[in-house]
Amino acid sequence: MAKKDAPPRWDRRMQQRLARGEAAALGECYDRFASLVHGLAHRVLGDEEAADGITREVFVHVWEHPESYDPKQVPLRSWIAMLTHRLAVQRLHAAGTAALAQGGQGTPEDLERRVRQASIAARADFIVTSMPVPLRAALERAYFQRRDYRQTAVDLDIEEEEARRRLRLGLQLLSTAHEAAPSGVPPEAGEAW
Amino acid sequence: MTEEEGFEGHGKHQRHGAHEGPGTPAADGGTAAGHGRVADGDAQGAEPGSDARGPGEPGPPANGGTHRNGGMDGHGDSDTAGNGATGRSEDPGDGRPADPGTGGDGSARGPAGPVTGAEGPGGAGRAPRIPTPRSSVEDSGMPLPDPSPVTAPPVSPPALVLEHRVLKSLLGAWALAACSAEETAAVEAHLGDCGPCADEARRLRQAVGLLQRPESLDLDPALRTRVLQSCLDRRPPRIPVPDWVAPFDAEAARLDALLQDIGDSEWHAPVRLRWFDGTGPTSRRTTVAGVIAHLLSVDGLVAVALGLDDPLGSVNGEEGTPEGRTEAYWRASHFPPTRSVRGPWREQSHNLVRTLSFTGGDTGTPTVSYGGFGLSLRDAMLDRAFECWVHAEDIANAIDYPYEPPAPRHLNSMIDLGARLLPAMLAARRQAGLAAPGRTRHLVPAGEPGRTLRLEIEGSGGGEWLIALDSPGAVASAEHEVAHVALDGVEFCRLAAGHVPPEEAAAGQVGDREAIRDVLFAAASLSRM
Repeated sequence: MAKKDAPPRWDRRMQQRLARGEAAALGECYDRFASLVHGLAHRVLGDEEAADGITREVFVHVWEHPESYDPKQVPLRSWIAMLTHRLAVQRLHAAGTAALAQGGQGTPEDLERRVRQASIAARADFIVTSMPVPLRAALERAYFQRRDYRQTAVDLDIEEEEARRRLRLGLQLLSTAHEAAPSGVPPEAGEAW
Repeated sequence: MTEEEGFEGHGKHQRHGAHEGPGTPAADGGTAAGHGRVADGDAQGAEPGSDARGPGEPGPPANGGTHRNGGMDGHGDSDTAGNGATGRSEDPGDGRPADPGTGGDGSARGPAGPVTGAEGPGGAGRAPRIPTPRSSVEDSGMPLPDPSPVTAPPVSPPALVLEHRVLKSLLGAWALAACSAEETAAVEAHLGDCGPCADEARRLRQAVGLLQRPESLDLDPALRTRVLQSCLDRRPPRIPVPDWVAPFDAEAARLDALLQDIGDSEWHAPVRLRWFDGTGPTSRRTTVAGVIAHLLSVDGLVAVALGLDDPLGSVNGEEGTPEGRTEAYWRASHFPPTRSVRGPWREQSHNLVRTLSFTGGDTGTPTVSYGGFGLSLRDAMLDRAFECWVHAEDIANAIDYPYEPPAPRHLNSMIDLGARLLPAMLAARRQAGLAAPGRTRHLVPAGEPGRTLRLEIEGSGGGEWLIALDSPGAVASAEHEVAHVALDGVEFCRLAAGHVPPEEAAAGQVGDREAIRDVLFAAASLSRM
């Protein structure tokens, strides 16, 4: 499924099919986005079971309220990522608050910081998985495979200058993860990313 | 799905793959500005080899990018705190000025604790340094060696003079510690003079700290069923997926999840397709991608029956048999199939599920032609679900991944299909002289009870089936039972897939030996490529 640049048409159709109550559309939506949702939730919550729970919440929301998605505003993928992010951060915050109330360690400030960290990490993940493949491939080489930019250029069969450009651009994109509203609460804050 | 493909790590274990050990270039990338060492708590900044990406951490180079001149004092604080945030660190990131030469913010290090107060000699360490080679102490679990003391830097490389444009273009590579020592030195010297570049350098360095291995993609396949069920409980669908399509839907999703996790090379792993050709085992060699092409070609039989596009297009599949179509598909491409076959296969499987949801349980369902024989739509979809599982297992074996049997409910429908097909297969074999002639001189008239074999399937998804032995039209009946065979459900499926020789299959058997033998051979003969 060449979904990298899935046309907005796919998003629109999916929204219509979900609204129409087509169970097959729900399955397709899950197949396309579940690993994104689960991965982001896991990045925020660091817990398999909690990530499973968020995955369920996200798809329940998508299925029950498909009309709350507007294909004209944003790609479905991003919308689902935002939803996931918001729900996961909410849960992290709620769990932390509950723990504090019960005399858990740390301060509310610690909690805020933890929530913010998790939030940025999840946003960064999303940026990485969403960035154009050439940029991602360059970062993959240079960072995870520890190739220098000249080797990266050879690997990807591009000019050295282009390799430098891609690395720089990729990091520039990634750096925007810091820019969104930092805190997980109030709920709508997540929309800012 | 394909999003993740860029990262070939496709890691089951996303936690840090190769990461920089101490003293690697990434580590000391920020040297000129003297970003401090965080690893060892030694707060002396301005340390070569101050290890940015620590072992065991997917490598935020701490806050290495804190460049003295980057206007850090202006806005650095909050940023730095935020940056520390990325690093899973307990560092309070207390917003102290991210002074050059402080120990970064310890972000990479975790609970090592604040490294504040490390207003090290940061500024002093301006001299360019030669990054040590990219050694790989990473993940060795070895203690970090002490970075060499702050003595005079080793031999300086001849200064490299680059124009601003080039220096700027190097910032990304620099932040990733992916340029040469000379370039690193040149960039760092430049950062001392150029505010905007220093500013960007700092941001990019922070961004590097955000790079992490993608999360494991291993989703529990049962989660899909649970999640979808929760959804449908909350809002009943107006257009449901028919029950008899559910096994196919689930198996295709399971296989797709397996495919998502495999790397490029595994797509070309050899797979031997095995089946029973009526008299003995036979096989055909292909690859993982070739198996998916096979599924695509044969699922196409259902697509054609539904009026959807034939994946074979104009290619002529001989006689429209599964094997003929597959061979035709393989032949038609000049190159062996690659992972690119996954998209069309998955798209077609989604289309089938969708289309069948609309046509529903319509009784006038077309028959799906398999060349030599036909199946109703329902049975064809069960057959496709079964084949999908069997071939997913072939693939999983080839690349050494675990793969579970289908959900019991689905397994039960697949076994049921096999049991229902047995009488016709028995008759066909008899006609071909491959099975013993019927006991009765004449065929048992349709609708009349005839000799019967009781097939008892154990395990989850099991049950009991009565198999009419004398003719497909005869009614199986417990009173006419002449034999009883008991075997495990998955074993029965392996038999029906031709993966187990009929002679070796059954667990328990009582009664007419010949009848039992014929039924087991008939079961194996249900298999195809």
